[in-house]
Amino acid sequence: MNRRDLLKWTLAGSALAVIRLSFANSETDKRLVVILLRGGLDGLHAMPPYADRNYRRMRPNLAVAAPGEGTGTLDLDGYFGLHSGLASLYPLYSAEELLLIPAAATRYRARSHFDGQNMLENGTRAPYGATDGWMNRAIAGLTGDEARQALSIGPAIPLIMQGANRVQTWSSTALPGVDEDFLKRLTHVYDSDPQFAAALASAQNSPQPRVTTANRRNPFKGPDFEVATRAAADLLARPAGPRMALLEMQGWDTHFDQERRLRNSFQDLAAGIVALKAGLTGVWDQTAVVIVSEFGRTAAQNASRGTDHGTGGIAMLAGGAVRGGRVHGDWPGLSQRSLYEGRDVQAVNEYEAIFKTLLIGHLGQDQGFVEDVVFPESRRIKPMEGLMV
Amino acid sequence: MSTVATYIAQNRFGLGAASTDTATLEDPRIWLKSQVNRDATAGPSGFRSSAAILEDIHGTRNARKEKLGPIVKKSYRTDFAPEVLARAQQMVTTNTPFAERMVLFWSNHFTVSNAKRVIGPALPAFEREAIRPHVFGRFADMLKASSRHPVMLSYLDNDVSVGENSFAGRRQRSRTGAEKTINENLAREILELHTLGVNGGYSQQDVIELAKAISGWSHGGIRPRRDPKPVHGEFEFKDYFHEPGAKTILGKAYRNDGERQGLAVLDDLARHPATADFIATKLVRHFVADNPPPDAVASISSVFRRTGGDLASVSLALIDLEEAWKDPTPKVKNHYEFLISTHRALGNDTLRPGDVFEPLEEFGQFPFSAPSPAGWGDLSSDWLAPEALMRRVEWVRSRSARLPGTWVPDEFLEHTIGPVAYDATRTWVSRAPSGNSAMAIVLASPEFQRR
Repeated sequence: MNRRDLLKWTLAGSALAVIRLSFANSETDKRLVVILLRGGLDGLHAMPPYADRNYRRMRPNLAVAAPGEGTGTLDLDGYFGLHSGLASLYPLYSAEELLLIPAAATRYRARSHFDGQNMLENGTRAPYGATDGWMNRAIAGLTGDEARQALSIGPAIPLIMQGANRVQTWSSTALPGVDEDFLKRLTHVYDSDPQFAAALASAQNSPQPRVTTANRRNPFKGPDFEVATRAAADLLARPAGPRMALLEMQGWDTHFDQERRLRNSFQDLAAGIVALKAGLTGVWDQTAVVIVSEFGRTAAQNASRGTDHGTGGIAMLAGGAVRGGRVHGDWPGLSQRSLYEGRDVQAVNEYEAIFKTLLIGHLGQDQGFVEDVVFPESRRIKPMEGLMV
Repeated sequence: MSTVATYIAQNRFGLGAASTDTATLEDPRIWLKSQVNRDATAGPSGFRSSAAILEDIHGTRNARKEKLGPIVKKSYRTDFAPEVLARAQQMVTTNTPFAERMVLFWSNHFTVSNAKRVIGPALPAFEREAIRPHVFGRFADMLKASSRHPVMLSYLDNDVSVGENSFAGRRQRSRTGAEKTINENLAREILELHTLGVNGGYSQQDVIELAKAISGWSHGGIRPRRDPKPVHGEFEFKDYFHEPGAKTILGKAYRNDGERQGLAVLDDLARHPATADFIATKLVRHFVADNPPPDAVASISSVFRRTGGDLASVSLALIDLEEAWKDPTPKVKNHYEFLISTHRALGNDTLRPGDVFEPLEEFGQFPFSAPSPAGWGDLSSDWLAPEALMRRVEWVRSRSARLPGTWVPDEFLEHTIGPVAYDATRTWVSRAPSGNSAMAIVLASPEFQRR
């Protein structure tokens, strides 16, 4: 016996009762995975507009080589390419399971990581516009028992998953488990403190993915991303498993030495997506993965072969439920006149529009619920069309 | 003074009761104020300077690039790890824990991390050199020390920031066609995170102008081909990177004055009212409550402004905040504070690496690895997540299983959390099936994990 067999021991009477909203929820077998890339991913590096003269002009010693010119850039549509660090995702593109949206961002238009991330996660139109996260609010639009809701991977719960609704959490550990008797006693101690009681109850309900965590972690980088994706996939693949999952990756703030650093990060990210697909065999057709970052970067490079904080970035969607194999959305170009404030890619494709489609068109959530609860004050932004199969 | 005040002094302002502390402080405020003393902020001794560490690393890299990996790795082992361990040891045994909390606060305010591997070995040296000497000194001095430290310059990329019209900038533009050579990273974070705060009233143009003003602030590890000077690990002003001309920041013009131009801007930023408000808000959030009471913020901000950013006066004013002596347990200790307070309570005066690095990695707060330049979060919700709580519980359970039978759990409870212990905690400690299980309940209790 271990702590995790002590499921729901305390849940019935605890402060965790989830307030259900009375929207028309439909049972879904669809899965939604959100991957947050923290630091501001340079969309022009992930998906270089290699055929654009302005791109080479603004990035004289950073521009990614055109396909066939040595570094292995893969061609997407004759204008955009895919960075070779993401090469293991190319088979997904060929299989129409990878959709790439350039010039994408939230409504945030300044250049602070922390305000930008806060807004991407809180789902309102302002930094600190809500104290909970939009994925957490979206949980209320799911049905089924609590385990069929949301999963957050890692020792802490990011803002996007924080809130009133119940979230499953999992992180890899090398510490010995605690015996049931001790936890039972501790539960009584925690009755005095609702916040501790809730956190412990939730931890006792943590799922057990079948995943080896022996991989050595780099303590500075956080848990190995691929381990996290394998754990998430194992849980998501279960019939009664969660329907939404959140993963995150640090290290995308490339003011310096961008090519080397992004190549490594791209390889880790792509390996994670490939592991997700492998682990989701059987439900991959029901799955949509969306990869986003708080903003894009300057169109021009700086002297340190990096880029500074910008605006329009990129959204990547993967999964069998995604109508992929295409570059999607509008593209404003890179001429000086079309740049935002003369320096950044215009963010003409809105993340909120993408998220709405994923909730409404993919998970089958009620449009009114999504407009009123998940992304308040966003009716101006219509769900983006053409994303799902 | 009630004994609740002792708990508050030891936990809100300190690093938890040490096994050797007296049970009740006669006057907790006087005890705290006596620690506001520049002698109390010295760091671990016997460790190499950042200049020596970085000279080794840069020198090796410049001589033979392929040797960089091995020397960085070695330096982690011989510089980083021993100093981080000694720092933890110092915090476990110190009798001036408030001074150490202030070090931690400011070290987090001016976060550096090994997002760049080459500076990793020198991260603890940064804290020792740029933060500790100014913790009870002047904010402006800490700001300048941090902004000019090679570790910060490298962490936020200013070491390679080149003014478009500097000698190197002109050359680079004509050679490569690059239009933008300045690197905004440090300038932006100075404004957003170190001084004014994100709503402090600066614009993108101010970011660029500050970046130009501090262009050329670099170090001796950066040696372009045409620069024959020897490699070293200290601050170096590179005139050939510096953007010439006057700069206008927040509406004020700064004449071209080479290296001193940026210093003049930092002096003005340090005394800007928005900086006082931003720092006061962060301090009150850290020491009082997640939602900082506006009156307390206003009072700290006014001391900051009145004294020209004298951090000793600001620290004394924090101790005197009435709001700080009310609710004894509003916040959750971060993982580092929790780890140190556990070792203090257990009197662990000879820490081994496994007592520090592994648990912090499991909890998610490995030293000097904050996920961004904003540093570690400072809200209870950042530190009370289900998985991280379970890691804490697992860790104290396995630690306590190895404790000698000489500990008396009821006394341990009284000594550490007695003044604020819930009845239920006392009951379940007394009913525990074994002494070490009872000890673990005290350490895992909300009262011990809060402050």
